[in-house]
Amino acid sequence: MGAALLLALAQVAVLAVVLMAVHRPLGDHMARTFTTERDLAVERGLYRLIGVDPRGEQTWRAYLRGVLALTVVGIGLVYLLQRTQAILPDAVGMPAVEPGLAFNTAVSFVTNTNWQSYSPEATIGYTVQLLGLAVQNFVSAAVGIAVAIALVRGFARRRTGTLGNVWVDVTRAVVRILLPLSVVAALVLVAGGVVQNLTGFTDVATLAGGTQQIPGGPVASQEAIKLLGTNGGGFYNANSAHPFENPSAWISLLQVALMLVIPFSLPRTFGTVIGDRRQGRTILAVMAGLFVISLAALTWLELRGAGTAPQLAGAAMEGKEQRFGIVASTLYAAAGTLTSTGAVNSMHDSYTSLGGMVPMVNMMLGEIAPGGVGSGLYGMLVLAIVAVFMGGLMVGRTPEYLGKRLGPREIKLASLYILVTPVLVLAGTALSFAIPGVRADVEATSIANPGVHGLSEVLYAFTSAANNNGSAFAGLTADTPWFTTALGVAMLLGRLLPILLVLALAGSLASQDTVPATSGTLPTSRPLFAGLLGGVAVVVTALTYFPVLALGPLAEGL
Amino acid sequence: MSRSSTLRPYAVALRAMLVATLALGLVYPLLITGVAAVAMPDRAAGSLVTAGAADEPARTVGSSLIGQSFTDPDGVALPGYLQSRPSAAGEGYDGGASSGSNLGPENTDLVAAVEQRRTEVAQREGVDVADVPADAVTASASGLDPHISPAYALLQVPRIARERGLPESEVESLMRSSIAGRDLGFLGEERVNVLAVNIALDELSVG
Repeated sequence: MGAALLLALAQVAVLAVVLMAVHRPLGDHMARTFTTERDLAVERGLYRLIGVDPRGEQTWRAYLRGVLALTVVGIGLVYLLQRTQAILPDAVGMPAVEPGLAFNTAVSFVTNTNWQSYSPEATIGYTVQLLGLAVQNFVSAAVGIAVAIALVRGFARRRTGTLGNVWVDVTRAVVRILLPLSVVAALVLVAGGVVQNLTGFTDVATLAGGTQQIPGGPVASQEAIKLLGTNGGGFYNANSAHPFENPSAWISLLQVALMLVIPFSLPRTFGTVIGDRRQGRTILAVMAGLFVISLAALTWLELRGAGTAPQLAGAAMEGKEQRFGIVASTLYAAAGTLTSTGAVNSMHDSYTSLGGMVPMVNMMLGEIAPGGVGSGLYGMLVLAIVAVFMGGLMVGRTPEYLGKRLGPREIKLASLYILVTPVLVLAGTALSFAIPGVRADVEATSIANPGVHGLSEVLYAFTSAANNNGSAFAGLTADTPWFTTALGVAMLLGRLLPILLVLALAGSLASQDTVPATSGTLPTSRPLFAGLLGGVAVVVTALTYFPVLALGPLAEGL
Repeated sequence: MSRSSTLRPYAVALRAMLVATLALGLVYPLLITGVAAVAMPDRAAGSLVTAGAADEPARTVGSSLIGQSFTDPDGVALPGYLQSRPSAAGEGYDGGASSGSNLGPENTDLVAAVEQRRTEVAQREGVDVADVPADAVTASASGLDPHISPAYALLQVPRIARERGLPESEVESLMRSSIAGRDLGFLGEERVNVLAVNIALDELSVG
């Protein structure tokens, strides 16, 4: 195990150096993007085309209405495209997608989840991939960034009723950040062997005398935004384990960097916009600390290879690719579940019992280390508010954060925020087994692995959906009426309720004046606060989920 | 609030989404497709590989990135070929159905399958079950893994040499020269591309 740990350290060191080098210029660029008054020529054209005044400031309610409108229209369009697939060009022979599955998939991509209840090779043709799914990969990521920026403005502004303009923020996020990065990333991916064509399936005669279908597709362009936008929906069923999505170990490391680069740069953007970069560094330190701890635990557990099948085989290689081995697989699994990406280059369902619990816990943390594009930052800032509140309780002072008083309204909104996903996860999992008819169907049709591992599959599914992650214990057959509906609802509420609460919080903060820091103010840019924040994140998660984890992966692994 | 101000965001969103569909769903991927086709046509098309004797036109036999089965129609290993890992993609290495087994670590079906594969591989190669490497008895994540470990490749040398009537040293040196190191020296694992070795073996046998 010693040599493997050394290799694991080396890849993390390289990743850390790359991210540290990139996060400053990218974080500053994003700060400029969302603070400048200047519009690019192409943006002015876009604003005229869609009919908005780029200088029109919006209240939090108007901002929210914009997000809701984009969500509703997006779901409608993706649903329509799937239902009419049979008559679309370039469908590669795929029929129309069934209504339940089409609903689930539309919600999934619009909410930045990219949960896939279907097998892409057998369900989704190129037109739906491009016009439907790829477009939402961009827009949902841009919405996440916009909401985070709105919250940051809430801290930065004083006595205003407004948070900016959602159409401007979403447009700029796409035009200035996501699209340029995607073009570069897509071309590098092709250079590394990721396919990019429109040829469909090619039949070849193999050496052994059989035939094999070689799939095609516009994969690299999709892959770039799948990772940069922390979306995660694979072009193929095997996601980034498929050699055409992820052909080599260096491409795999690049993909990990693409998932992490925007979420790890946003704290810098936050610090720059509020005019105190130390605050951004503290947030970044907590994100990085949690990431390293989680990755170390997962890598150690998989290298240890406990469990009947891994012990018999000699290593936990079931569901892992030879070119990646264990350490490049666990790095990808950590990045995929600590962000909201949910992309995989190995199959989590076949991980060791305790190893498979780590991706689940990563998502239960609320995807804040570093989390999805935008959602990671706003999730962490909400937790910071809770941490300040708890710190204030200990010493009996009115809590304040970044010069804003945290009154009953702010604390209520923050508390509701951290309750949303646990309620969705636990209620969804419980209902799957509590409703007799549903339970029979779940056990007979959906669960692939009998016993407690089956509970883990269902728990993983609702954790992934409610946190908008999208990865799976993929043995679960989720294309059933119960799961397409229940997971669809979990994804939708898991996306929109937190956004509603964050925007309400932002509006409330923006309307306040700032209070000057006094000797009684808890300093929030020191290691002490970083420790408190990390501790709050872990304790809230552990207290909420420990009982159900004890029934699933802990029961299996201990 | 007036009705128009409630509905207005939806009109804007619809226009925005249609523009996005055109720009991000059509222009962006077609631009990448075009550039890739001109600048890196082989890779964009799937790194296809050809094989064939010198006197006949080369034919496409697969992709260097996608694994294949080297078995007869009944799934029995062809003894002259290097064998790939077990595959959960369709009936095995089905390019239209990439998938892992998704069986959990305590699943009795998986334990039984690993046990059976260990016995089969040990028998086929004439070695002790303890010498069978992990990748030989586990299905990959994609079901299309083009590689096996150097240990599993070298394990198969004596059998391949015997079946093809080639000196073992010749097959072994081919196998050793086919081992690809870790990317940049420290990323991923050492591996052997099964299809590439089998094409080379066919050429060796003809030559």
